[in-house]
Amino acid sequence: MEKRVTFNEKTLPYLLVLPQIAITIAFFFWPSWQAIYQSVLLEDAFGGNTRFVWFDNFAHLFRDPAYYRSAMITAVFSLLVAGLGLSISLLLAVMADRIVRGATAYKAFLVWPYAVAPAVAGVLWGFLFNPAVGIVAWTLRIFGYEFNYVLNGGQALALIVFAAVWSQISYNFLFFLAGLQSIPKSLIEAAAIDGAGPGRRFWTIIFPLLSPTGFFLLVVNVIYAFFGTFGVVDGLTKGGPAKATEILVFKVYNDGFRGQDLGGSAAQSVILMAIVILLTVVQFRFIERKVHY
Amino acid sequence: MVENRPWLTIFSHLVVLIGVAIIAFPVWMTFVASTHDAQTMLRSPVPVLPGPHLLKNYSEILTQGYARTSGIPLTIALFNSMVMALGICIGKIVISIIAAFAIVYFRFPFRMAAFWAIFVTLMLPVEVRIVPTYGVVAGLGMVDTYSGLIIPLIASATATFLFRQFFLSVPDELAEASRVDGAGPVRFFFDILLPMSRTTIAALFVIQFIYGWNQYLWPLLVTNKESFYTAVMLVARQATAVDATPSWNLIMATAMLAMLPPVLVVVFMQRQFVRGLVETEK
Repeated sequence: MEKRVTFNEKTLPYLLVLPQIAITIAFFFWPSWQAIYQSVLLEDAFGGNTRFVWFDNFAHLFRDPAYYRSAMITAVFSLLVAGLGLSISLLLAVMADRIVRGATAYKAFLVWPYAVAPAVAGVLWGFLFNPAVGIVAWTLRIFGYEFNYVLNGGQALALIVFAAVWSQISYNFLFFLAGLQSIPKSLIEAAAIDGAGPGRRFWTIIFPLLSPTGFFLLVVNVIYAFFGTFGVVDGLTKGGPAKATEILVFKVYNDGFRGQDLGGSAAQSVILMAIVILLTVVQFRFIERKVHY
Repeated sequence: MVENRPWLTIFSHLVVLIGVAIIAFPVWMTFVASTHDAQTMLRSPVPVLPGPHLLKNYSEILTQGYARTSGIPLTIALFNSMVMALGICIGKIVISIIAAFAIVYFRFPFRMAAFWAIFVTLMLPVEVRIVPTYGVVAGLGMVDTYSGLIIPLIASATATFLFRQFFLSVPDELAEASRVDGAGPVRFFFDILLPMSRTTIAALFVIQFIYGWNQYLWPLLVTNKESFYTAVMLVARQATAVDATPSWNLIMATAMLAMLPPVLVVVFMQRQFVRGLVETEK
């Protein structure tokens, strides 16, 4: 789409786009190029000599069991975050959509977790499940279940999943609710007149019509689980115990800043960049289709 | 609803109520913890109802801070967070609205190149280029400055798109009429376009304020001096400090105050918030 009416100025438009473009080049393109460049260099521990090593950093990474482990943890983590997050918020949205009286009050109570920083969400959940003073950990112990995320890797992973899902639920809920409210009431009424009960109506009409929203949210949630959950991990487990919650984004940070392995961290950055580009392309192709839907 | 099924309605209320309760529970426990003294919060089970030390805890954390991890009062960190959030959110809106104005209302060489350059930034979140971006900021001497906290985060593809989308929907007659009346592009922008963009700006403001306030990784990278720490950073540092017995009452008071401003923005500007969220689609 283009405007028919435009203004004739030679320099003004350049001045207007300049700030945005300058920041984009300085803080997006240049560092991304640097990441690609560093990923093919090997720097010695004293930072003096750098050598061009082709794809050695990548080869090293792919031979590294720790990297595979981190990739597996990330896959399990994002699967759980997206799966749990979507099903819980779909359930809440469907139920909230049924409610006529008090619906706005419920909505207000369900949207505010979006405003809580993921790092703070991690701290809150860590407090609930704290082995010494956590009220939930205490309750579980009464029922004979020992919950100690400081020692048990599986439990630590479960906990960062809870915190990450909690942070993302309002977003999913709002989109599902908007999707539900855009389904024509006449369709549902027609099915009801034909004798379809609420369960049948949900699976044969509402669920299929909601699938574009669901697919969009799936991509958004996977992107969130991959890149938006650094704060949850750092505020809760710091990747531990024994690297059991070290997702890929956390590993880039840890190797690059704590471990000073610049080449390895840069190679990881490049791989993550490829993943996020892929996911974004999938997301945009879908949005294009939604327009014609 | 299409038919009257009282049991199903009750069941719906029940499910949503349980959902609300579970979602609110962590914050309730945080609030309760912030109203007791340190000793009470070390004995399990911890209380589930508020205690009498609310004012004492909050005034201690605001004026003296949490001595075990850092000496700075929370007031300073809250101020830093506010500067960062407002800087990011106003900065994003300003540079995006003028960039969108240029792209929509002018024809110039490299117009599409500029458009795509902005678009591609969607694919480069800071998390994937941590080390080199830090390198740029350090090279420019922006570590431990407010500009280092703000400027690298204010480029915004989503805001630029949203404004572009909106400008394209503005009738051509308006630009034509102002040209006939002898108004230049600057006059047209300030007198007509800007007032018309009010609702879009408000929606973006809410979303970007929350985005800016809740930044964690970026301030972690570009601040070394405690006097530049943000409130969210302080919460995480206090809670994950391993070497001392934690004062949960103070940590949780910090957490409450660190989440209060963005939560208030969402609660009081809910309409703009929902609009912004759905329209920016992240």
